[in-house]
Amino acid sequence: MEAPAVGQLNGRRQEPRTRRKNPNRAQARMGYTFSAGYGILLILFGLLPTLYAIFLAFTHEGAFAGLDNFVRVFNDYRFWPAVQHVAVYLVIWLTFQTIFVVLLALIVHAFGARWLSVSTRFVYYIPGALAGASSVMLWLFILDPSVSPVSGILRALGLDSFVETVSIENLPVIFTIIAFWTGAGGWIVIMYGALNNISQEVMEAARVDGAGTVKTAWHIQLPLMRKWISYMGIMTLAAGTQLFVEPRILSQASKGVVPGDYSLNQLAYLYAFKQNDFNGSAAISLILLVVALGLAAFFVFRGGLFERE
Amino acid sequence: MSANNAVLTRDRRTARSPRGWLGRALAIVVALAFVVFFVLPLIWLLLAPTKTPLQLLTDNPFSFGGLGALVDNWQSLSAFQNGIVWTWLGNAAFYSGAALVLTLVVSIPVGYALALTDFRLRRVLLVTTLVVMLIPNTALVLPIFLELSAVRLIGNPLSVILPFSFFPFGVYLTYIYFSTSVSRDLLDAARIDGAGEFRVFWRVAMPLATPVIALVGFFNFVGNWNNYFLPFVMVPGRKSPIQVGLAELLSNVPLFNPTSASTVNIEVPTLALATIISVAPVLIIFLFSQRFLVSGMTAGGTKG
Repeated sequence: MEAPAVGQLNGRRQEPRTRRKNPNRAQARMGYTFSAGYGILLILFGLLPTLYAIFLAFTHEGAFAGLDNFVRVFNDYRFWPAVQHVAVYLVIWLTFQTIFVVLLALIVHAFGARWLSVSTRFVYYIPGALAGASSVMLWLFILDPSVSPVSGILRALGLDSFVETVSIENLPVIFTIIAFWTGAGGWIVIMYGALNNISQEVMEAARVDGAGTVKTAWHIQLPLMRKWISYMGIMTLAAGTQLFVEPRILSQASKGVVPGDYSLNQLAYLYAFKQNDFNGSAAISLILLVVALGLAAFFVFRGGLFERE
Repeated sequence: MSANNAVLTRDRRTARSPRGWLGRALAIVVALAFVVFFVLPLIWLLLAPTKTPLQLLTDNPFSFGGLGALVDNWQSLSAFQNGIVWTWLGNAAFYSGAALVLTLVVSIPVGYALALTDFRLRRVLLVTTLVVMLIPNTALVLPIFLELSAVRLIGNPLSVILPFSFFPFGVYLTYIYFSTSVSRDLLDAARIDGAGEFRVFWRVAMPLATPVIALVGFFNFVGNWNNYFLPFVMVPGRKSPIQVGLAELLSNVPLFNPTSASTVNIEVPTLALATIISVAPVLIIFLFSQRFLVSGMTAGGTKG
């Protein structure tokens, strides 16, 4: 923090000091004043929890424990299956989301009638209002053949009961559907915005050269959307590793058919709440946090989406 | 959809060839299929509370049951643990509302400072904000829980409100907005007129800030209202907001949980009603702000 300029008589600078406050000093002081509240929150809920998690992960009862906590977690019979569950889900979700968000954005952007484009985008966006527990709850009904509006489809797939539907090998697909249903609309809107930023001249030139809709999309629109697509990929990856609400509620609803330790975050939760092992919990949280941080930092410093200065 | 041909008017030339026509038909089919996918579950949800549990099993899923059943479902939801549903709703409103005020009070000034003033820590603050903004907020939930349990704050409303108010994305939005819509020259002009720094902010920047206040407020409120994981670990039981309460209701539904030993059994239509109630505020906000939601100006506004 800078000391106030007033009353500083022997500053380094040799210019004659005037009575008036130096405007840059005043500005800097205001910058700090205006940032103080947010800065405190950033320290309390950004930096400190991270540091405390690091401290807990590498200590045991206050004494330095090296990698012991990590070794214990890695040797937990539940850990690697959880990693595998999350990884499979991520691959499926990422693929599905990338293909269909881009495809739908291109289609909606090609609509000539404005009202149609606006209303379609809004319809895609609405499910975003049901995030968290509500969306999982809704999909519980849809997935239960006894009440589902699409029970015909479920039965055609050979799923005659709720327990069959949520069997463990179906979960990655189910979580993908739920995540896509709630989140895709927002991304489609973002991609639509990116498509709108492509200049008309470029599109026109492509058409004069005889490129059809598909060729134009492939050779012009997609490359110009690349930044946004990779942004979506990063965010999807980071969010997917954190999987918690969906398996937790399904586990509650299926009386343990879906295990309570399906995802890594659930495992970290169990460590803290069921085993009272805060060190192990911190170790798992830290692994997840480092993954998210790595993805975010890579994108900020290499992605170029946020270059403004 | 008879407007097939009028729909895609961008490129008439490719449209004339049969192949182009086929491609467009296919595109429309795909778009329509997804409209059904996104909307059908919602329509079912809105109709479900108008039915008795039996009707739900036997009737057409998209039929309207009756108002009598709706009233019954409403009453059994209110009867559950002496109307704890309303307590949960009140909690959610309190947490999200308090966090909304605090978020705005904190984020708008710092966004302005980052955009329009120079101070030494500015770049550090900006880069840190960007990185934290890209981290899913669930990643910090357990570390924050460990931290707050060390200072014995678990169960206190502050343990939800304060983390809810830490909103780097809002700071980033404000920063972008001020750096594109307010020029430094304008501020300098005000300074030359003798206005102090705070006055410059209050008289020049604030009157222009309405859109960004609405935007930050929207994302903050919607995100916090729907947040499950953080309140789930911080404020269990009677202090839960509605999203956490919803999962609590679920464990009392015989269909999903025959072992539940509650005096009041929650049936599926009642649970559907609770789900609607839990998202009603957000849905209403969505309907009112649909124009800006789909314009694409909210780019970057979705975080998983």
